[in-house]
Amino acid sequence: MSLASDVAAFLGAGANWQLGNPDSIPVRLLEHLEYTSIALAIAALIAIPVGLLIGHTNRGAFIAINAGNAGRALPTLGLLSLVVIVVGIGLVPVVVALVVLAIPPLLTSTYAGLRAVDRATIDAARGQGMRELQVLLRTEVPMALPIIMSGVRNATLQVVATATVAAYVALGGFGRFLIDGLAVREYPQVVGGAILVAALAIVLDLILAGVQRAVVSPGVSGRAATGRAPHRLDVLDPSPIER
Amino acid sequence: MLQYLRTSGAAVVEALQQHVILALLPVLIGLVVALPLGYLAHRYRWLYPPLLGLSSILYAVPSLALFVVLPSIIGTNILDPINIVIALSIYTVALLVRTVVDGLGSVPPTVTAAATAIGFRPLGLLLKVELPIAVPVILAGLRVATVSNVSLVSVGALLGIGGLGALFTDGLQRDYLAPIFVGITLSVLLALALDSLIVGVQRVLTPWVRAGER
Repeated sequence: MSLASDVAAFLGAGANWQLGNPDSIPVRLLEHLEYTSIALAIAALIAIPVGLLIGHTNRGAFIAINAGNAGRALPTLGLLSLVVIVVGIGLVPVVVALVVLAIPPLLTSTYAGLRAVDRATIDAARGQGMRELQVLLRTEVPMALPIIMSGVRNATLQVVATATVAAYVALGGFGRFLIDGLAVREYPQVVGGAILVAALAIVLDLILAGVQRAVVSPGVSGRAATGRAPHRLDVLDPSPIER
Repeated sequence: MLQYLRTSGAAVVEALQQHVILALLPVLIGLVVALPLGYLAHRYRWLYPPLLGLSSILYAVPSLALFVVLPSIIGTNILDPINIVIALSIYTVALLVRTVVDGLGSVPPTVTAAATAIGFRPLGLLLKVELPIAVPVILAGLRVATVSNVSLVSVGALLGIGGLGALFTDGLQRDYLAPIFVGITLSVLLALALDSLIVGVQRVLTPWVRAGER
């Protein structure tokens, strides 16, 4: 179990927590958060509007699904290497690779979230005189929010875990501990870095779960129904199975 | 580009072969492990939250870290491709357990009630009724796992075992675009080919979907 104690020593070392030290854990954390947040923000600005448009109009669903799949198939390391060769080392290759990684889950979940909204509800919203934009923003998006948020959480998880490759092209972030530790065969540092990345991913996911609780309407999440017996009508529903 | 393929064609083919094995083996292992786990979590609801939590944590571990850390846990050589296979199997299980539970959960209670009423026992119910109905959801998860595995294998190149990933590190070191371009193209084509294969399997396994469309 010497590895475990070595890892604990790495994570607990005072020098690794000093802000003045450019290789300290807080500094690497800020770098990691920087790449992650820039990439997620750009990906969200691209994927969510496109997903909303496709989900609302149900036109171009084919494109959404296939672009999502193709994006997932692109190897992050390959894309990163490609952009490094074309534009040189810097923040751009890392952000491009992470944006491409984050777009598929965001796009598919936004699209799927909108498509999952009950047609009758949308008809009702239209019948009340809502305009298209109101139908989208005040009916469809609130009801699709749980699924959209699951896509946001999924994308965040993947981007945080993959941002480690930034270190491979000479940038910082928690990946430095992995790449540097690997280079000098110092495994406690590698394991420590991996634990930090996983911990960051989990903390961000918990925060987003809190955000989700705050933004999703109680009527949609089912929390408004607390105190009542859960609906078991589905068991008794005599309607024929649509399949 | 052609020049590169002429001189390094054999190496590219070898990398592609290694890539296929490293990507596919974990999918099969992952499916075999995730099916019983998912069934247990479906059957015994209290198992689901801890299992889901554990798989989210495993999924949050960067692949590079897992490739490096695994050898010291299971005692293999760091350059052994088995590390990649085990690491990707873990990711596949983490992803598939959830889809198996979702898939089994998508079976309408009326159907299981009807099957029980006409005399299906639990095992028969699972194999002949629940699993076939869950196939579309489970295979949707399998497609995601397969495609992301194909992409993740290349990360192993940072350790010297990465199939097509070796072309990326090679290109980056030599500041040479051709191997990177070839590697990305082959990787995407491989992912799409495996994806279409699963779609084909799904069509064969769920003939009633097409019958319903007619």
